[in-house]
Amino acid sequence: MKIIQWITAWGSWLVERLSGLGKFALFLCAAVVYSLTPPIKTDRIIKQLWFIGWKSLPVISLTAIFTGMVLALQGHPTLRRVGSEAFLGPLVALSLIRELGPVLSALMVTGRAGSSITAEIGIMRTNDQIDALHLMGLNPLRYLVTPNLLAMVIAMPLLAAVFDVIAIFGGYLLGVRVLGLNAGAYFGEMNNYVVVRDILNGVYKSMSFGIIIAWVCCFKGYYSRFGAEGVSAATTQAVVNASVLVLVWDYLLTSFIS
Amino acid sequence: MIRIENLWKSFDSQEVLRGVSLHVKPGEFIALVGMSGCGKSLLLRHLVRLIRPDQGRVLVDGHDVGTMPQKELEALRSRIGYVFQSGALFDSMSVFDNVAFPLREKTRMGETQIRQKVMEELDQVGLKDAEHKYPAQLSGGMLKRVALARTLVRAPEIILFDEPTTGLDPIVVNSILQLFDSVHRRLNLTGILVSHEIPEIFGIVQKIAMLHEGSIVAVETPETICASPNPVIDQFVNGKPEGPIKVR
Repeated sequence: MKIIQWITAWGSWLVERLSGLGKFALFLCAAVVYSLTPPIKTDRIIKQLWFIGWKSLPVISLTAIFTGMVLALQGHPTLRRVGSEAFLGPLVALSLIRELGPVLSALMVTGRAGSSITAEIGIMRTNDQIDALHLMGLNPLRYLVTPNLLAMVIAMPLLAAVFDVIAIFGGYLLGVRVLGLNAGAYFGEMNNYVVVRDILNGVYKSMSFGIIIAWVCCFKGYYSRFGAEGVSAATTQAVVNASVLVLVWDYLLTSFIS
Repeated sequence: MIRIENLWKSFDSQEVLRGVSLHVKPGEFIALVGMSGCGKSLLLRHLVRLIRPDQGRVLVDGHDVGTMPQKELEALRSRIGYVFQSGALFDSMSVFDNVAFPLREKTRMGETQIRQKVMEELDQVGLKDAEHKYPAQLSGGMLKRVALARTLVRAPEIILFDEPTTGLDPIVVNSILQLFDSVHRRLNLTGILVSHEIPEIFGIVQKIAMLHEGSIVAVETPETICASPNPVIDQFVNGKPEGPIKVR
């Protein structure tokens, strides 16, 4: 009897998890379909672009400058040991453009804007505002999720580009101004080693990270449990899940691209 | 106009609605009363398919709300106004934008027409001067008035009030109920009011339906309800702590 109870409990758990995953996948499908079909809520997209993109610039800039400086600080002694200090520029630029720029900017946006999106949608759920949208004949997915998805896809590559430029400048400040590397070598070698494909791969990564952040954060807010505790739990889960998914997806995408 | 037939709804193993049946005629304004947590708001949510029943039907003008296609449901919802307990106003919008929102999103009206219509509705609920305020700057009573204005701006035929006076002081409760009464009389709306405000609601509704232990135990005029020998109704209406209703 105990075995049957155990199998039943395990089966229920599995069914619940699988149906949750199905709901998660269908949520993205619906959001993508609504993103590609009119009416598109342009004013909401612009508002979210301002919130996700423009308002994330300070934190992205601050993270970027220190990331670039740390890369130069760590890379310089190693390169000097093998007599290749001139390659500090390409080391910093390639690390940033291929990996660190898209990934770190995605993690920062998840923490700053993603958490806020989850909390906002979660509170709308708790305060019946999502039901009010239903009763006005409006589709809450089209009104709440689609603008975030489109704004993330547009904003993320731009933020990653800003991150790359500022971090390369941070590497320049430390490598050239502090450690005394030749400025021509820093930028010249960078020019020789960074190709358009590296930049495009960074753009594709950032766009896919934008989809992941919007997907996870909107989903968690939309299906948040009621009350302050429910919204708080949804926000934490959104940030953790989106961050982990970004890193896992980064590995898979990098493997595929390589 | 609204007919609820043998409606059942349970969550996990807890049966909340157990065979609820109720009929609301066109132009009738009825109050739905009962203990907190007995399923009044849940019943109201079934009328607009915010939730589906496990068993039974909700018919509006003979059409089954639970099974109607999405397009038909949207058309039905456009005829029904729903005033939530929380007001459900959008925090990021001003009072004016909240009331204008359904018109901007669902009609082809120009901004001048929208302004005129919104100001008319705000005037009706006595909030013409609050158009620039945000929900966080409003008192509880003002929130409910704005929520009513946002509902009325869509010119509904049926209006559902989900505990719209909970948490308000007695003076504001009476003023809000009087406002509902005048709106009902002026527009001849069919309405259901979920409320605990006894005896304040007696003067504005034609009938009172009492929900107890998952089913409707009485649908009577306020006078009959007051004189009811049914111990459940007597205990509830007179607020007696002792009786067949167990206080949780």
